[in-house]
Amino acid sequence: MGMLELQGLILTIITAAMPLIYAALGELVAERSGVLNLGVEGMMAVGAAVGFIAGYATGVPAFGLLAAIVAGMAMASLFALLTLIFVANQVASGLALTLFGLGFSAMIGDKYVSVPGLGLSRIHIPGLSDIPFVGPIIFGEDPLVYLSIVLAIGVGWFLFRTRGGLIVRATGDNHTSAHALGYNVVRTRFLAVLFGGGCAGLAGGYLSIVYTPQWVPNMTAGRGWIALALVVFGTWLPFRVAVGAVLFGAISILQLSAQGHGIAIPPQFLAALPYLTTVVVLVVISRNRMLMRVNTPACLGQAFVPDR
Amino acid sequence: MRLELVRRPEPSRAMMALSPLLAVALTVVAGFVIFTLYGIDPFGALYVYFIEKLTAWWSIQDLVVKMTPLIMIAVGLALCYLSNVWNIGAEGQIALGAIAGSILPIFFPDWHGPIVIVLMLLMGILGGMLWASIPALLKIRFGTNEILTSLMLVYVAGFLLDWLARGPWRDPNGHNFPNSRPFGDGQLLPVIAGQHVTISIVFALVIAVAAWLVLRHTLTGFQIAVLGQAPRAGAFAGFSRNRGIMLAFMISGGLAGLAGICEVMGPLAQLRISVSPGYGFTAIIVAFLGRLNPLGIILAGFVLALSYLGGEGVQITYGVSDQIARVFQGLLLFFVLACDTFIFYRMRIVRPVPASATVPEVKHGNA
Repeated sequence: MGMLELQGLILTIITAAMPLIYAALGELVAERSGVLNLGVEGMMAVGAAVGFIAGYATGVPAFGLLAAIVAGMAMASLFALLTLIFVANQVASGLALTLFGLGFSAMIGDKYVSVPGLGLSRIHIPGLSDIPFVGPIIFGEDPLVYLSIVLAIGVGWFLFRTRGGLIVRATGDNHTSAHALGYNVVRTRFLAVLFGGGCAGLAGGYLSIVYTPQWVPNMTAGRGWIALALVVFGTWLPFRVAVGAVLFGAISILQLSAQGHGIAIPPQFLAALPYLTTVVVLVVISRNRMLMRVNTPACLGQAFVPDR
Repeated sequence: MRLELVRRPEPSRAMMALSPLLAVALTVVAGFVIFTLYGIDPFGALYVYFIEKLTAWWSIQDLVVKMTPLIMIAVGLALCYLSNVWNIGAEGQIALGAIAGSILPIFFPDWHGPIVIVLMLLMGILGGMLWASIPALLKIRFGTNEILTSLMLVYVAGFLLDWLARGPWRDPNGHNFPNSRPFGDGQLLPVIAGQHVTISIVFALVIAVAAWLVLRHTLTGFQIAVLGQAPRAGAFAGFSRNRGIMLAFMISGGLAGLAGICEVMGPLAQLRISVSPGYGFTAIIVAFLGRLNPLGIILAGFVLALSYLGGEGVQITYGVSDQIARVFQGLLLFFVLACDTFIFYRMRIVRPVPASATVPEVKHGNA
């Protein structure tokens, strides 16, 4: 394998990891507040469709990405309404959001299949981006790659270094106590869920505007579910989640390039690898019950109705 | 002014019965809005969607064919959800049922007859059980989240089926189509009505009634309910949580497998790269719309089967994407979940207290 090929491989792995990082970081914040939103796949799909359509209509990728974020948040607010206001079962509501989102995105995107997408240009810093091999990798990515690093650090800083983050974690660990202390549990969770939706929407927008760039129904292909698994894999810690996302990006790209090199394994087996890896990784992490118990938000998935 | 939920002293029986009907009605209203937004005559579209298919014998047959797998799978899922076990991988268990059940006719194409049919059905059930046992064992042994593992295995099962149908099991005389050889007489389920309603609808109805009896009148049914609603009480009563998890996955996996092989031995008449248009996921909605009650699931299966056919109907008549069926199905589940809230809670309107009505602050100091 030549240097140029290796460089290309690393660049694609990083872009493949982006949707996972964004979706997983958003879900991490929601879960830290005690809400399990299984609708990530649906929010991503709607973000991808709306983002693509808005980008196509305006011709400006930034508008598309912004629309994707708004769409993700709109989907998340549906979920928040159901689970926080109507105190419906979170697992069932999340599934409903995914089923609805996959159908809704396919319906509104119907006329945009096989329309060429926009793409997002990579940044170029004269001199630095031209350094052989490492230049394009460190100084020549698209802007959202750098934003994802900022987001990962930002989420970590917010959750563990600020008062707001402390309230979010307190709400997730013991909503009764948080309520007794005078914190508004429902509002905190609503905001956390909205943040998760915005991130999932952006992840979807990245797929249809930057990564592929085109719209195909079901193009999320289980990435939302993998993002959910990544939050568990990263034991609800932003840095580990980000590392996990890059790892999964690597697996999905390496299996693709193995298919391209005509390795004598049926392509279906290679394509199944990311999903099988997810199962294995979940088993390995959940075997360590101590680690799980320390980091799992104690009220994760439980409905809250304030006592009066 | 704001709204506030107040817990009812006792769950409302009226709402229990009304909630699914209310949800269906709200979905129709939402459909009205969606069709209007699309610039289509909403009354005509709603007629095509919900009523037209009930007026012709051929479409009623289609309805029964689509109801069958939905009911079978949803009954199993309802048992899971009642015992608080979240199997959402039925779509993969359908595929494995179809694969395992097809082994006999593919390797022994000359075998046929009632015994072969029964064996195929049994192997289909076993295939679904086998696939469902993976998330169950991982949950019991390692505490792994069954939602994520069962869902991931849907994709793996899909690739496995795709590989078999395109690769080793492809029909050598099939002009390179990604299908197995067509199954023949004595390898297919007997047709009992019309051109393609097979005996599988009888299986589905018998299974639903049997599940209802088990839940209502047996100790196993009681254990399922207790382990779901009060796991600690269940543990004190000596009911094993692990056994409950295994049981739920085995039943739901087996029923999904049965649904899969019934599709192969009925409407499809061969193994294909895909054997289900998302029945495994739609059945989740069927289970909830049926209030997790096997008899309710029969009615809910009918409604969701109609939603598939109605989607095809409006696509043909009005040129709307048939994906609208999935939008309706998703909305329906939203409405069911929201309406179910009112079984346990009622809404109270809280008016802001006028300033003059507040309790005067107690003054301290010298009066």
